[in-house]
Amino acid sequence: MKNLKLSVFALLSIVTFTSCTKDPVVTPVNTEEVITTVTIVFTPVGTGGTPVTLTSRDLDGDGPLPAVVTPSATFMANKTYSGEVTVLNESVVPAANITEEILAEADDHQFFYQKTGTLPMFTYAPIATNPTNFDSNGRPVGHKTVFTTTTAATGSLKITLRHEGNKAAANVANGDITNATGSTDFEVTFNGLVVQ
Amino acid sequence: MLQKLLLAFGLCFCCVAFGQFKVSGQILNQKNEVVEGCHIHIGNKSAISNSKGNYTIKNVPVGKILMFFSGLGYDSVEKNLVLTQDLVFDIKLTIKITALKEVSLNQKRNSENNSILEQKIKLETIEKYSSQTLGDVLREVAGVSVLKTGSNIVKPIINGLHSSRVPIISNNVRLEDQQWGSEHAPNFDVNAAGKITIIKGASALQYGGDAIGGIVIIESVDVKKDTLFGKTISNFSSNGRGGSLSSSLHKGNFCDWSWNVLGTFKYFGDRNAPNYVLSNSGNREYNFSGDFKFTGKKYDVAVLYSLYNSQIGILSAAHIGNVNDLLLSISNQIPNVVNNFTYSIKNPKQEFKHHLAKVNFNYYFDDNSTLGLQYSFQLNSRQEFDLRRSTFKNIPALDLQLITNTLKSDFEKEFENWQIKSGLNIEIQNNIANPLTGVRPLIPNYERKDFGIYAIGTNEISSSLTLDFGLRYDFSNIQAEKFYFKTRWNERGYNNFFNNFIVGETAIGDQWLAKPKFIFHNFSASLGIHKQFNQNENWFVNLSLASRNPNPSEFFSDGLHHSTGQIELGDLALKKEQSFKIATTFQKKWSSFLVEINPFCNSIQNFMFLKPVGFETTTRGAFPVWNYEQTNALLTGFDFNMVWNVAKNWKHQFSFASVNGLDLTNNLPLIAMPQIRFSNKIQFSKPEFYGLTIELKNEVVLQQIQFPNNDFTTQIVQDNALVDVNVPISQPPKGYQLWDFYSQMNFKTFNKSSMTVAFSVQNITNTNYRDYLNNQRFFVDELGRNFQLQLKFNY
Repeated sequence: MKNLKLSVFALLSIVTFTSCTKDPVVTPVNTEEVITTVTIVFTPVGTGGTPVTLTSRDLDGDGPLPAVVTPSATFMANKTYSGEVTVLNESVVPAANITEEILAEADDHQFFYQKTGTLPMFTYAPIATNPTNFDSNGRPVGHKTVFTTTTAATGSLKITLRHEGNKAAANVANGDITNATGSTDFEVTFNGLVVQ
Repeated sequence: MLQKLLLAFGLCFCCVAFGQFKVSGQILNQKNEVVEGCHIHIGNKSAISNSKGNYTIKNVPVGKILMFFSGLGYDSVEKNLVLTQDLVFDIKLTIKITALKEVSLNQKRNSENNSILEQKIKLETIEKYSSQTLGDVLREVAGVSVLKTGSNIVKPIINGLHSSRVPIISNNVRLEDQQWGSEHAPNFDVNAAGKITIIKGASALQYGGDAIGGIVIIESVDVKKDTLFGKTISNFSSNGRGGSLSSSLHKGNFCDWSWNVLGTFKYFGDRNAPNYVLSNSGNREYNFSGDFKFTGKKYDVAVLYSLYNSQIGILSAAHIGNVNDLLLSISNQIPNVVNNFTYSIKNPKQEFKHHLAKVNFNYYFDDNSTLGLQYSFQLNSRQEFDLRRSTFKNIPALDLQLITNTLKSDFEKEFENWQIKSGLNIEIQNNIANPLTGVRPLIPNYERKDFGIYAIGTNEISSSLTLDFGLRYDFSNIQAEKFYFKTRWNERGYNNFFNNFIVGETAIGDQWLAKPKFIFHNFSASLGIHKQFNQNENWFVNLSLASRNPNPSEFFSDGLHHSTGQIELGDLALKKEQSFKIATTFQKKWSSFLVEINPFCNSIQNFMFLKPVGFETTTRGAFPVWNYEQTNALLTGFDFNMVWNVAKNWKHQFSFASVNGLDLTNNLPLIAMPQIRFSNKIQFSKPEFYGLTIELKNEVVLQQIQFPNNDFTTQIVQDNALVDVNVPISQPPKGYQLWDFYSQMNFKTFNKSSMTVAFSVQNITNTNYRDYLNNQRFFVDELGRNFQLQLKFNY
């Protein structure tokens, strides 16, 4: 009986002491999926005009600093621009190009363009000339857009990327976000857009 | 006892007397010492063993006989034998020893003897919930409601408080994992519980001084029989198209050894709301527990191991990216993802495992004093998988390991009209957050060292008045290691107070590595009386003082919470919260009537809660920011319980619970307080007809009208313009009522085995409803109608 008691104590102390010696090493987490930067470059089609670049950059991710957004931009009237979105994670070195990941999972992603004010509509670049703008089901991914200006106008552009939404829902393929569902990967608004 | 004797009598009476024989033998204990004075019964014949342990019973009729041995200080034994000739039957009896857990709860066990009337849930009730969760079982008690995240994550709320304010003690071990936040359910298989006791308040000081809400004490099935017996419960549910299977084997007191094993398996697919499938709401569970115990003359040693292994799907519709997604879900009132029924579980999902191993040693100095020593080891691992892109799909977004080592010792002594217990515990806990997830962890690495010492006592001042008191001191030291964005560090104002915690920075210089360290000294106390006016009138009063330290999620939270679309920020400046609770219970019994009323008042200083403070914009959109803040809170309310034996076979039960929570500093209602709820249950039972029981239950939950307004606005594009719209997150859902049906019957199958068949229906009317205390109320309705068939075999 005494032996049994002793062995119980021995067992207790062995387990207790061995478990105290661990000291984990901390390493900073590379936040590999965070989208810090959304850039859209509008390139004028044909002769004349200059490219327009809009950027939203938030280097501290979910941190307290707000995103730094291009405050305003001017487009030329009566001109067609072809726009292309680039999505980056600049919180890691070197910066990661998330556009490639999005296109690799084209079936699960879709970009939406919503405008306010008197700006004309932004439409998806057509499949005939831009096959990468569509997924394997022929539905838009939409990182490429077409923006055709006419007369003078003002307004804002909101670009949203939805993940695992319902791309087959009514009007979603036309770029209407209303029925798209899914979860939002990014949502940026560019104000102060002027056509003149 | 009487029943067993009657049974024995009955059995013998039934035997046809073809002839009569003699049964004799010797009775020894497990030390081979003779047992004198043991009563032996065979039907109406009996004998007493002599000084040599010998007995003889003559003229026993031939056939099946049931022998019954009972000796003072020994476990009673029943034996089935077939008598065909004179029989010599020797037997060894086992010394009866009350285990430590019995002793520690001794003063609590007998509710006539303590200043709090604790609520107990019996095995029969627990078995009804075999395929559900611990939280679902606890809801049987008036004053206990549940905080849910979907249908699988269910946490008990006692008198308005939950999570780390309600410790759960299983087999004398405090279950760790509640410090991870309010969306983490207790890791416990309900099938392993034999009895559950709920103490509303912090007056069970032997388990800790921080039970500001209350404490749940779970004891496993205690086996006294010396025969091997087992139980298998299987459940089949229509909602979720799944079920569970739980099997256990028990052997008590065989050559001083006893053991139990239990295995449980649960498998459910997507659940259904009345109108749609709740996509990705399936779950799986594989649990095991086993223990064995050696009982010596003056001591016993027990070893236990248990594993809880669970996988839970998180509702697809509850995964949102930003507040516009949330707004869409609230305004549509239909989930944004509804797929066809499936058993498979996709991301987002949670996987967790809880290993518990313990060694327990009790030494009995004499009948009145006991020393207990216990070492326990717990390993909790938790992985949360999120909707992620490319290579990250199969990498958890959160990967935590929590290791807890606890050593405790308790000494108990009874003398005259005093009962004293004191003890101490030492605990070391390590949390390790895997950095390879690619997501900043919700809870950082930390190490916590605790030391506690307590003394509690009960004094019977007179036969009708009992005084109950306790004191406890706890020392706690917590040290964490966490990377803070420098921007966050400054925004929190830590640069003014906590720069001494900084030990380094990242290579690119955007983050500080900080090692915050905190030390707490806490005192807690409990004082109460139980006055018995007469046998049928009881009055309990209890005062308790408790302190709870900020838990890691309150200290260190730092980031976006995906299912609520809010940024949650902890605060290093938090102080401990202190509660002073007064609770009283009146109990009155009439011949067919029982009434209990339990008002309480809980005043909490530095009550920690999440409060909305503003907005932060990120690339994902704008998010409301919620801070952990402190206030002085006051929780008042009462629980009411009434049992009425209407007629011979009819019973009616009514219970009512209400809580009112106030934030005194800001003069606002507290968020997420349980609604007023009451239930009526009518039971018809006819034990003589295959143990028939039929129950119909109606539960009414009123709409919560006391809530703080935390609505905020967000911008959406409407008619070519950005407009501000309100996101109505504060308004609680409407009240509702539910009807449940339950019925069961018992059948004898073989000699000693029996089968119970139970059929039940939950939400009979298939009512559409949402509950204020479900974190997924913004996204989906609660569960629709469920038919359940339960088969239980005892063998």
